[in-house]
Amino acid sequence: MTGAQVRTDDRTADVGAVRRLLIRPELGAVVGMVAVFAFFASQSPVFRSPAGIANWLDPAATLGIMAVAVALLMIGGEFDLSAGVLTGTSGLILVTLATRFGFNVWAAMLAGLVVALAVGFANGMVVTRTRLPSFIVTLGTFLMLQGINLGVTKAITGTVQVGGLRRADGFEGAAAVFAGTIEIGGTSFRVAILWWVVVTAVATWVLMRSRVGNWIFAVGGNEQAARNVGVPAARTKIALFMTTAFAAWLVGSIMALRYTSVQANIGIGQEFIYIIAAVIGGCLLTGGYGSAVGAAIGAVIFGMADKGIVFLGWDADWFKFFLGAMLLLATLANRLVRRYAEEVRH
Amino acid sequence: MILETRGIGKTFGSVLALRDVSMGVTAGQVTCVLGDNGAGKSTLIKILSGVHRHDAGMLLVDGAEVGFASPREALDRGIATVYQDLAMIPLMSVWRNFFLGSEPRRGLAFDVAKARRVAREELRAMGIDIRDVDQPVGTLSGGERQSVAIARAVYFGARVLILDEPTSALGVKQAGVVLRYIARARDRGLGVVFITHNPHHAYPVGDRFLLLNRGTSLGEYAKGEITTQELTALMSGGAELEELAHELERE
Ligand SMILES: Nc1ncnc2c1ncn2[C@@H]1O[C@H](COP(=O)(O)OP(=O)(O)OP(=O)(O)O)[C@@H](O)[C@H]1O
Ligand SMILES: [Mg+2]
Repeated sequence: MTGAQVRTDDRTADVGAVRRLLIRPELGAVVGMVAVFAFFASQSPVFRSPAGIANWLDPAATLGIMAVAVALLMIGGEFDLSAGVLTGTSGLILVTLATRFGFNVWAAMLAGLVVALAVGFANGMVVTRTRLPSFIVTLGTFLMLQGINLGVTKAITGTVQVGGLRRADGFEGAAAVFAGTIEIGGTSFRVAILWWVVVTAVATWVLMRSRVGNWIFAVGGNEQAARNVGVPAARTKIALFMTTAFAAWLVGSIMALRYTSVQANIGIGQEFIYIIAAVIGGCLLTGGYGSAVGAAIGAVIFGMADKGIVFLGWDADWFKFFLGAMLLLATLANRLVRRYAEEVRH
Repeated sequence: MILETRGIGKTFGSVLALRDVSMGVTAGQVTCVLGDNGAGKSTLIKILSGVHRHDAGMLLVDGAEVGFASPREALDRGIATVYQDLAMIPLMSVWRNFFLGSEPRRGLAFDVAKARRVAREELRAMGIDIRDVDQPVGTLSGGERQSVAIARAVYFGARVLILDEPTSALGVKQAGVVLRYIARARDRGLGVVFITHNPHHAYPVGDRFLLLNRGTSLGEYAKGEITTQELTALMSGGAELEELAHELERE
């Protein structure tokens, strides 16, 4: 780090390839992932077996889809606290329409998608129009959706869950696409893992190789400056909120098809886990910096710890401790990186 | 005259930021806008660049009256602005900043290879020596950052380049570097609007001088009509101002 302080004349000292690697946002997460893997793998043979890997990749996948979308939004300078409950809303719509209103599963999914995107659009519109902090706006959405999820479910079923999706038309096909498994070398992996890889790849391409990616970094880094050079800042942010909503729909549908029933309180509290995974992956809370791959890796760390602690026979409470420690370490590492990268004039 | 204002004015609520100011920008010339802090310099150029809308007087481009609804519209008419405080995005690389808002496309993608190459070439053509276009803009010095912003405006075919106090945060040497790029942009035929509160920076490159004081114009002068001393004296309290300028330079 001290290398950055060396300045000759009015120019930064030559930094070279090492520094460029060091300021990659996902570096800390990669190191963390290797360390966590090494720890659990050395303690538990099951953990490092193909079946074990398939086991911990599954929670990593469903969390990862959300974490990647949330990371894009955070790079764009905003938060979405309603993302977790929205997975529940999407799942509830799917199951309710398919089991109580005779919808085909595919049609019910489409309806869930429309609602989810509308929620994302509304979040984005309110945030960009009012300039209120998205933390507050989406906290409002979070509470409203939480109320709707419970209220509507109770009104329709008289209980706090809807189930019986298996009997609905079109279930087999949809379940195969979103909740099935794939055999690789005799081990079955959840198909959600594939979705997660696709989402991460697309997000990375958009961030690094598309014009929109440039705009996302810019609106998160300095929205006014971005607008001044002609970046459509509001549209970019609204699209990001809709992307998070899309991810919530995808995860909500995967979960609903997998378990064939949905609890009305599902997803509550998950919104912070998404943010934690994105931060572990190198996203700055202040926006303008981060990576999709980093968030995906943050989700892997989460998945490994979640299952690894079980494999070791530890009390699951230790997971929370672990999560807190990771978050703190990651935030400290990120701050160093940011200072290093930002090193402004003296 | 590419860009012109006639009796332009702007109020923010009860604050009269600008009143009855007339000025012009000609191709291949530098128009300097001078004034003390709070004189209305930034307000004036924000009107020229489409950030604010004037509420009195006329704004003309190529002799025809216009009203810009956004900075994008001003940009599309060839009016590019380098802002005082928000010129660039510090965490983004030089090449990403260079093309921000006007990214070259290849198919659906942002042509990253072209962006890197062109940014490097353009900076070199302006005589700006940046060893690595991948480094975050935040790691550049203030003068380098201003220079990159100028090179970008020139590359994107700006006809008018507006610079809001590009030298105020800089030391003598770096200010000199930026002044040289201003002269180079002028030689390439751009009309330049150079805002400063330092007459010593304005005089060497300026062709015309607009003096602002508390939102009103003290007149527009051609270079032959006025000396540095007179410029300094016209701006309220010359000695005080110099002190202020030096104070600001140390920021
Ligand atoms: N958005 C705004 N809302 C209210 N008042 C404003 C706004 N922008 C500028 N003003 C006021 O208008 C006056 C002129 O400000 P302006 O920023 O144009 O000054 P300036 O000449 O650029 O000063 P400096 O040298 O400090 O940059 C000031 O009194 C300022 O407080
Ligand atoms: Mg100003």
